[in-house]
Amino acid sequence: MRNLWIFINRYNAFFLFVIFFTIGIVLTVKNNAYQRSVTFNSTNEVVGHAYEKLNVFKRYMNLGSVNDSLALENAKLNTALLAIKGIDSAKKTLIKDTTNHVQYTYLAARVIKNSITLRNNIITINKGALDGIQSGMAVISAGKGVVGIIRDVSPHLATIESLLNKDAKISVSISSTKALGSLVWGDRNSDYRKAYIKDIPNHFKVKLKDTVITSGFGSFPPGIPVGRISNRGISTGDNFLTIQIDLFNDFSTLQYVYVIQDKLSDEQKALESKLPNEQ
Amino acid sequence: MNSKIILINILRWFILLSIQVLLLRNLAFYDLATPFTYILFLLLLPFGTPNLILYLIAFGTGLTLDAFYDTLGVHTAACVMLVFVRILFISVTVSRDNFDEPEPTLGNMGFKWFALYALLCTFSHHLVLFLLEAFKLTELSYTLLRCLLSGIFTLFTVILIEFIFYNRKMR
Repeated sequence: MRNLWIFINRYNAFFLFVIFFTIGIVLTVKNNAYQRSVTFNSTNEVVGHAYEKLNVFKRYMNLGSVNDSLALENAKLNTALLAIKGIDSAKKTLIKDTTNHVQYTYLAARVIKNSITLRNNIITINKGALDGIQSGMAVISAGKGVVGIIRDVSPHLATIESLLNKDAKISVSISSTKALGSLVWGDRNSDYRKAYIKDIPNHFKVKLKDTVITSGFGSFPPGIPVGRISNRGISTGDNFLTIQIDLFNDFSTLQYVYVIQDKLSDEQKALESKLPNEQ
Repeated sequence: MNSKIILINILRWFILLSIQVLLLRNLAFYDLATPFTYILFLLLLPFGTPNLILYLIAFGTGLTLDAFYDTLGVHTAACVMLVFVRILFISVTVSRDNFDEPEPTLGNMGFKWFALYALLCTFSHHLVLFLLEAFKLTELSYTLLRCLLSGIFTLFTVILIEFIFYNRKMR
């Protein structure tokens, strides 16, 4: 027993290494799982608050481009409004109140922390559970397409699993052919302006410069623009096409995002959980 | 003397971690190489520190970085790996009896020793960091490329900082 103790003491560097390294690995693996109980991330009060303070300067620097994007969106909305007003409504007398049928509602939030340089990027926003945000909601940016999906929520803050993440997989379709595929990022590419669409069946003709939109399966509403096809000849060795696209969204200057609340998501989940689990 | 060293190390911890979180977190060359200069703090811890304390400091530092990077466990494991390599390297190259110098800085130990020390520690740290971050063997070659380029970048900044403070620590 004494010899054992001397042995352990002599090589304590190695044994301590094994203990601490195992804790590190366990934390990593647990963090990859869906359930996370410990909040050692940026929804944490201290870390979130620090990032919020730091963000003030960056916000000021980006005021110009934010103004431009808001003006652009305003112009688009005004145009759409004019188009509605321009319809000769004198002929129609039926007024249908559709407010009860709105499936998606938007909630604006400010980005307080963002990164584009890592393999798995996480965005933190300044709205949380008290504003009605739940894990799994879709997030888009103003007029430029998908940002990601809500991951962790604290009372006042929330983190978004950015599209620039190895776990991100969003159902999209090519607008002209309606071919379905899944949008992924990474894998031999860490340019934040490019992403890939996988699992498009071989028989579809893919045109360059075609736009890619969300398909509506999953938590994103249908028809949100994602990007433009820039390269279609990527061979991966399987029976599906892989296409490279240029994202509309510029993640490096992301300042404001919209969280999409789907009123029917709970109902849909409840309904689908009744189905027999087919494999 | 002893309290002065502790104070300097605490100060160094704050400065290097703030630089890492505020500045270097947003930096990347060609979306490939990102520097992790904060490991300089772990490299410069005094020679006489007990192993358990070293591991605890590395664990705490890694956990703090993870909170800011939203990657729980990745930096923690990498920092622990770095400290393990550090202990091995120092036990092989520096004799235990005469720690005439308190800290393994460039000025104290000479360029050759420090460069090899920093090289081994940086690459062991980065290897664990990038492999755990990717957590996929399908993109192994790409991950290793990122690891190599980032390691060179980190090493460059670490040695640069050491040269800037070279004369002041020289006795």
